[in-house]
Amino acid sequence: MAKVLMKGNEAIGAAAIQAGCKYFFGYPITPQNELPEYMSKELPKNDGVFVQAESEVAAINMVYGAAGCGVRVMTSSSSPGIALKQEGITYIAGAELPCVIVNIVRGGPGLGGIQPAQSDYFQSTRGGGNGDYKLLVLAPANLQEMVDMVQEAFDMADYYRNPVMVVGDGMIGQMMEPIEFRTPVKRELPSKEGWATTGTKGNRKPHIINSLFLDPQGLEDHNIRLQKKYKTMKENEARYEAYNMENAEIVLAAYGTTSRICKNAIDKLKEEGINIGLIRPQTLWPFPEKAFQEIPETVKAALTVEMSEGQMIDDVRLALNGKIPTEFYGRSGGMIPTPDAIIDKIKEMLGGLK
Amino acid sequence: MLNEKVICAGFGGQGVMSMGQLLTYAGMVEDKQVSWLPSYGPEMRGGTANCNVIVADSLIGSPIINDDATCAIVMNLPSLDKFEVDVAPKGKILINSSLIEKKAKRDDITAYYIPANEIALELGNARVANMVMLGAYIELSKAVKIESLHKALQKVFGGSKAHLIAVNEEALARGAEFVR
Amino acid sequence: MAIVFEKTKGLTDKETHYCPGCTHGIIHRLVAEVLEELDVLGNAIGVAPVGCSVLAYDYFNVDMHEASHGRAPAVATGIKRAMPNNVVFTYQGDGDLASIGTAEIVHVAHRGEKITTIFVNNAIYGMTGGQMAPTTLIGQKATTCQDGRSKAHSGMPLRVSEMLATIDGAAFVERVSVHNPVEIRKAKKAIKKAFECQIKGEGFSIVEVLSTCPTNWGIAPTESLKWLEANMIPYYPLGNFRTPEEA
Repeated sequence: MAKVLMKGNEAIGAAAIQAGCKYFFGYPITPQNELPEYMSKELPKNDGVFVQAESEVAAINMVYGAAGCGVRVMTSSSSPGIALKQEGITYIAGAELPCVIVNIVRGGPGLGGIQPAQSDYFQSTRGGGNGDYKLLVLAPANLQEMVDMVQEAFDMADYYRNPVMVVGDGMIGQMMEPIEFRTPVKRELPSKEGWATTGTKGNRKPHIINSLFLDPQGLEDHNIRLQKKYKTMKENEARYEAYNMENAEIVLAAYGTTSRICKNAIDKLKEEGINIGLIRPQTLWPFPEKAFQEIPETVKAALTVEMSEGQMIDDVRLALNGKIPTEFYGRSGGMIPTPDAIIDKIKEMLGGLK
Repeated sequence: MLNEKVICAGFGGQGVMSMGQLLTYAGMVEDKQVSWLPSYGPEMRGGTANCNVIVADSLIGSPIINDDATCAIVMNLPSLDKFEVDVAPKGKILINSSLIEKKAKRDDITAYYIPANEIALELGNARVANMVMLGAYIELSKAVKIESLHKALQKVFGGSKAHLIAVNEEALARGAEFVR
Repeated sequence: MAIVFEKTKGLTDKETHYCPGCTHGIIHRLVAEVLEELDVLGNAIGVAPVGCSVLAYDYFNVDMHEASHGRAPAVATGIKRAMPNNVVFTYQGDGDLASIGTAEIVHVAHRGEKITTIFVNNAIYGMTGGQMAPTTLIGQKATTCQDGRSKAHSGMPLRVSEMLATIDGAAFVERVSVHNPVEIRKAKKAIKKAFECQIKGEGFSIVEVLSTCPTNWGIAPTESLKWLEANMIPYYPLGNFRTPEEA
């Protein structure tokens, strides 16, 4: 298929429709508005339904309802709106329903700002709502990867019966890049017939979509089963990109937009004969721990770069487990790190290492 | 190796976003690496707007242009004041002299003064001032071929807007001619 | 021997957890009988709330969702939009619907969502132990207003049916009671009309059912029925507020 030039938010919508998403429930918030707008226009043409809910809380609960019927459904929002959706997300995770949630992250806390940020890392990877649950969290760095991941997200959600979150930021959502719609690698997807609420038709027992287990032993058993599923996800789904790792003196850790800026810094330093590597997690949960455990001997230190005050660095430190010193450089509030600032930080670290 | 980093800036309504998109589209037509990154937020609603366009031979890292623009195309005075500093040494700044009387301050970049609005009015459509500027930029940078821009125009002005293609093409040509 | 009574197929055989004298059991049965009479049991999807009827999913013999507190109308919206040919209903109490879920109930009506809501109003929070609800009457005692609800502090009780009747998308709005057999029969009629309204695609339908809570009111079951009649009906008048012809 030929390449098309699309705005990130619209590309997400197009990819979702391509993946068979028929239902979208959303609420306006900057900087993701082009996505619900696109869905309101395109879903009806594709035999689907768009509803603008009265709030993010209602939108995610509509997703819960539709997902329980076994259809492909999606919602999107930006940071404060995702905070509101946490109630529904934990119910969806608890009831083990498949759906895709997109967070086009903006700066916080509170109402924060509307410019790009990565300060929802904890919210997405630690389970933003109540209870022991995990989302699969995908973090694309460019629009091609975004459309590939959004398409695959629906399969992953169905495969694991688990909500999948795709995390972008204002920049990914607003920018345009050429994209090509490709068919994701096929997974053998389980049938939804055994649990979806479609009406008993009088010939089976009622299906119940539920996350309530009043008996403590029942709830613990449920949790143990969930943890087993999360373990499988952890073993099978962690992904990352390694860039310029051979003979690297320092390894950078960055995802999404920030990883692109890091690549500029790395390329610039390479011209000066300085070798810096990058590990770019493509999944934030599961975190690609292995990538950090297998770094080459040449690497003497790690630097985590984020558009936050330091969140992913916790996972980098856990993965490195004290093997090498780990430092942090970040900007927040919608400020974006420049390649030069990252270079300065790297040089400062190199000075200290020598 | 081509690595053009262009800032397009002006008032909302001057077509700076679409100017950038056309350039991006033309780059894609030529199978080059491209990215388009807009400013967004309250400034879109009536204030100044800008976008960053990168057209390159090799993979694009960050789509953000910091202080390494190869060219800034400024359609109004606030944009000149804001973006002159972001042009890399030896870079270019294209100034819409119909609306900006001020001259560029820096002497390590080359400034071109193009009366885009006057030229557009001569063509009978004030809204193609952006295309005059884009035509001038293409002539100076050779970032993409003019034919690729024509293809991009056909894509953007499909259907009921097809009658606008001719005047846009003319504007591109007049802009190019002005700086030739 | 002739069979003179059979339990509706709309309920499972599970014993309910409701307190003695609580009218939830009656209302469950009315809903289930109506679904059976309309021959839509195999096509129905219900949404249970958070509150005393949280376990309703175990009692109704149809596909069910358990919603978070107050969000049943949003969940039902998602279900109905995905399954437009199914009969979708929510079953909610007054804490769930009239307090935490006001946005959801107003907007499900506002969109004219083709679902039916059974709203059980017993003027108190039951499951959590008798706290004040927006529907608690002036002077009525609750664990969070132990001297009785005062207007100055908490405002006047919320009349949900009257409020929803102002919304164009609400095609059918009626308040009924289940404190005596006559009213129970009327309640069933209203519930049937509400579901018929959904099936005909007229819009949103809701039946508010005045109900008792002997446990948290601290009154014996039979006295509770009298208390409902004497105290609730004067403030929450029974009757139809909206039918499809008017809407």
